[in-house]
Amino acid sequence: MCTCLNKGGGFHFPPCHMLNFCGIRILLDCPLDLSSLIVFSPVPTSDWLPFEESSNTEANGFLDSRVGSGKRHKIEKLLDAKSLLFAEPWYKTVNNLHLWNSSFIDVVLISSPMGILGLPFLTRMKGFSAKIYITEASARLGQLMMEDLVSMHVEFRQFYGPEESNFPAWLKQEELEILPSELREIILGKDGVDLGGWMPLYSAADVKDCMLKIHTINYAEEACYNGTLVIKAFSSGIEIGSCNWILNCPKGDIAYLSGSNFISAHAMPFDFHNLQGTCALIYSDFLSFSDTQDGEDGDSNSVPTADKLLPAGSQDLAGFNYNFDENSEEKKKLVFICSCAVDCINEGGSVLIPIDRLGTVLLLLEEMATSLEASDMKVPIYIISSLAEELLALLNIIPEWLCKQRQEKLFSGEPLFAYVKHLKERQIHVVPAIHSHELLINWQEPCIVFCPHWSLRMGPVVHLLRRWCGDPKSLLILEGVLNLELALLPFNPVAMKVCQCLFPSGIGLQKVKPLLEILQPKTVLCPEELKPQMNFSSEKSFSVLYYTEAETLKVSYRKGSLELKIATDLASQFYWKRFKKEEVELTKLKGELLMENGKHHLVLDSDSKNSLSNRSLIHGGLPDLEKLMAALSKMGISGVIENDTSDDAKSQTLCIIHIQDPYKASIEIGATSTNITTADETEVSFIYKIVDDILDGV
Amino acid sequence: MAIETLVLGAGQEVGKSCVVVTINGKRIMFDCGMHMGYCDNRRYPDFTLISPNNDFNAALSCVIITHFHLDHVGALAYFTEVCGYNGPVYMTYPTKALAPLMLEDYRKVMVDRREEEELFSSDQIAECMKKVIAVNLRQTVQVDEDLQIRAYYAGHVIGAAMFYAKVGDAEMVYTGDYNMTPDRHLGAAQIDRLRLDLVITESTYATTIRDSRYAREREFLKAVHKCVSCGGKVLIPTFALGRAQELCILLEDYWERMNLKVPIYFSAGLTIQANAYYKMLISWTSQKIKDTYSKHNAFDFKHVQKFERSMIDAPGPCVLFATPGMISGGFSLEVFKHWAVSENNLVTLPGYCLAGTIGRKLMADKRDKVDLDPDTKINVRCQVHQLAFSPHTDSKGIMDLVKFLSPKHVILVHGEKHKMVSLKEKIHSELGIQCYDPANNETICIPSTHFINAESSDAFIRSCLNPNFKFQKCSSVDISNSTTIHRNLMPELQVEDERVEEGVLVVEKGKNARIVHQDELLLRMGENKHDT
Ligand SMILES: [Zn+2]
Repeated sequence: MCTCLNKGGGFHFPPCHMLNFCGIRILLDCPLDLSSLIVFSPVPTSDWLPFEESSNTEANGFLDSRVGSGKRHKIEKLLDAKSLLFAEPWYKTVNNLHLWNSSFIDVVLISSPMGILGLPFLTRMKGFSAKIYITEASARLGQLMMEDLVSMHVEFRQFYGPEESNFPAWLKQEELEILPSELREIILGKDGVDLGGWMPLYSAADVKDCMLKIHTINYAEEACYNGTLVIKAFSSGIEIGSCNWILNCPKGDIAYLSGSNFISAHAMPFDFHNLQGTCALIYSDFLSFSDTQDGEDGDSNSVPTADKLLPAGSQDLAGFNYNFDENSEEKKKLVFICSCAVDCINEGGSVLIPIDRLGTVLLLLEEMATSLEASDMKVPIYIISSLAEELLALLNIIPEWLCKQRQEKLFSGEPLFAYVKHLKERQIHVVPAIHSHELLINWQEPCIVFCPHWSLRMGPVVHLLRRWCGDPKSLLILEGVLNLELALLPFNPVAMKVCQCLFPSGIGLQKVKPLLEILQPKTVLCPEELKPQMNFSSEKSFSVLYYTEAETLKVSYRKGSLELKIATDLASQFYWKRFKKEEVELTKLKGELLMENGKHHLVLDSDSKNSLSNRSLIHGGLPDLEKLMAALSKMGISGVIENDTSDDAKSQTLCIIHIQDPYKASIEIGATSTNITTADETEVSFIYKIVDDILDGV
Repeated sequence: MAIETLVLGAGQEVGKSCVVVTINGKRIMFDCGMHMGYCDNRRYPDFTLISPNNDFNAALSCVIITHFHLDHVGALAYFTEVCGYNGPVYMTYPTKALAPLMLEDYRKVMVDRREEEELFSSDQIAECMKKVIAVNLRQTVQVDEDLQIRAYYAGHVIGAAMFYAKVGDAEMVYTGDYNMTPDRHLGAAQIDRLRLDLVITESTYATTIRDSRYAREREFLKAVHKCVSCGGKVLIPTFALGRAQELCILLEDYWERMNLKVPIYFSAGLTIQANAYYKMLISWTSQKIKDTYSKHNAFDFKHVQKFERSMIDAPGPCVLFATPGMISGGFSLEVFKHWAVSENNLVTLPGYCLAGTIGRKLMADKRDKVDLDPDTKINVRCQVHQLAFSPHTDSKGIMDLVKFLSPKHVILVHGEKHKMVSLKEKIHSELGIQCYDPANNETICIPSTHFINAESSDAFIRSCLNPNFKFQKCSSVDISNSTTIHRNLMPELQVEDERVEEGVLVVEKGKNARIVHQDELLLRMGENKHDT
């Protein structure tokens, strides 16, 4: 059973599902919708900046507007900078997740660093005891991102002071009603039900506590939950450490395919070979649905087919995994952006790049440094972020999760990223915050600054944007902002140039079908959005089910029959009974049934206490008394039959055979059982054998 | 069903590790090492025993290299480029990064010193490394449909791994070299509790039991400090990778604490280049070093400088790391000739030196005349300090590992014959496990586990699992005081016998074996249950 809790929104907000697999409840990802931060005013100016901001009167303006808020009428306001919520931000979690009792979750699988951002909300809940699996690289990146979020949020807290109540004013119905519809829709969601998903941010202690509860795994490591569920992670290519999952249990298997990239300039690319041939596959790559990229995707003229992509006998799908360098479309884009930056600096302006996707930042950082070198410009590049130092150090020590070209650098002994050299030559400066002493003494303009946060609502970027937004010579480089107008609203009027650079990510709609044809699952669970775009009607090799948010879908993941492995040493001790007419051989099982690595095993009992004495066979029918007496006397045993004469209806006994010679014994024959009573064990087994021969027993 | 083990090297000796294991029709070569003590054809394993007609691609499913030491990887370039093996070669990321450095270094030493024809060229090393597939720890690699392998952390040197292999129901582990106690830069070996038919383990220190390594480290530091404070020179002959980094971390730390200013030198560019690799591979080192990487990378040595040949006779105290180790030739021998004549100076030696090396001779007759070659004798007057800590496990560690894994059979390799015999006896008598110590080119055949597959009805499994299963305690067992072997893979769910006995195995002609619950069987037979 699979329930899609949220389809997410883009790279930073991956989808979230709840799965019931083999009776184990599995949560797939626990993200945060940070794009919703856009409804809040950016962090107000603080006093200790190394430089003055050009338009720092805003904060006062906001304060003025709030003073008179009591007189507001219930009329929807027009959207302007002042309509943004002037309050300490809350964060939007997956609302549907709150409908589940967190203590009923058995396993949490985190597919990417983005997928962990909402996890501290869950791990701090009472009764939460699920086992959390995440790749080591995702865990380390995710932890840095969460710590950064907490540290950026401090600025809000310093300004607004401690929260007065646990229910902020802006969440009140009457306040929401007078909000401009754009903002209201972001807060409440399209269906107006998302209000419950908003939470005040977790603390640094919550993050620490969360990280203590996770269990990190390596690429393709087999993790076993409770002996029953075997979990394996294979790279998905959208970020370092990000992965897709294969889940195995005795009954069958299932693949979870999250957002994936065939090509990556930094991360290990999408490993789809290992997702082949599962009973079911949950297709959960929503990155391809953003309409911005498909038009740009160069290969729209030729629709690839499975056989074109997969040359006969070849393990390497050349059509899928090509090198980033060869992908000139992206390289061209990158070169163009950097030339814009160089032009802008030549004119005396500065360049501001909010840190968005790590992959893009790394590409821009390398290309920017190269462009500057090529044009012989001595312009400093600053990276202003509390996590930057640790992040850059980290990226250079996880070669196992990097793309092939970067791994080659490891093998030839070169640094994995070019910034190592630029840092050493002091072309790139890394400082933790905008008021760092090191920045203060080194600051020089024009310059290029990389800093968080891409929401343009918190972090150093807010202060720098205020400083440069009025300067037509400066340049802001953004990646994939959904609502640019709203994003820049608090900085209006914006005179600085804005450049959007979008690199395609995700599987790409054209590749979905050929990919699925290669993966050959029995059943595919697809988001409903895929229905109009994909024609699966002619598909014979797999069946397709469509899912929508908050709806539970039942899917079979059965692999045929259950398998049980019997140890040979045990099997040799089995007592076989043959039924000639049906050509069937039967044996009663013994031994120990073990659950190991998702497989049932029957092995020899370690403390072999089960001897013959407690052996009880199953027999069909009643023993034929005459035959039994004959068989007994043949073996030299004589006895007397005593029919049960009592009228007690409850009595199951039909008759008792009393044996006097050669030893004392009694055979009690009931409707469903036969009891043999003697003083001696060997005698029991002796008589037992006789009875057994009479009965069709196993 | 059987596992066949052909020992091509390191059988009752140390050097040219190479074991070919055949499991259910799959053949794996574990390690492809060379013997440093020989220059003739005893240097390489006798590969013809694998395939008389030299068709190694057909004969082997894969080659697995445990770590970058030459006695484990030294023959690989020869095997792939000269013998023509083209199949997959697996090693960990660090081993893939560092093995070519070792091979190249060795190639140069050979060509320089012995002026013999080179065994393989630099290009051949590069070509060989292209065939290598790098793996991460615990990554389950499906070599082909039936063969599964997995690497476990082994300590010893960076990237060293024990390898697990499984074909069908037969499972085994080949340890390579390992260390059961953490050292200055590496953690201790880690492995899951597995259900194994066979463990092939090294036994370098089959009879030695070591005490605290910290006391031994202090002895080393004291000896070095005493020497330099009297104005002497310290020669530390090491190979470029492994011991050099460990001792350097030790010295750096000591220099810092004692505020010493005496220079520490690295002889060749190789060691400095090696540090660049170590910096990127920090996630394969000990927890302590991993935890501090973002502030200070432990392999950014502050006190280390580059050494030039002209500085050999320069006055003043210093510490010099020179390659190769065991003073088997090259630069370390050159420096040794100059420095050995003064009693002020100090030479450190590792705990184990190969026969035929100057290091071995020094260990045997300290402070005496040492023959460099038939024509040259040298009067050794310098002090000699033998390092009493080693990257190999001691005999207690071997026993602990074998006990932890509790395989059905153990094969000892990589050790000295007489010591192996006593360890073999000990494993047999104390642990009750069949143990073997084959010589080179011998084959050991042991039976392997085989499970019979049967389909099972849901009803049977359900009745077994439903109401009263009990959990077996899965506490991880610390197999030595500082060891981190963890994660118990033993059955987590066990079912009581009576329930199992409600199952009936049915073999019908022409159909798969099937397990049903007795009630189902009776239902099919249309009769009532009748207990006896
Ligand atoms: Zn070794």
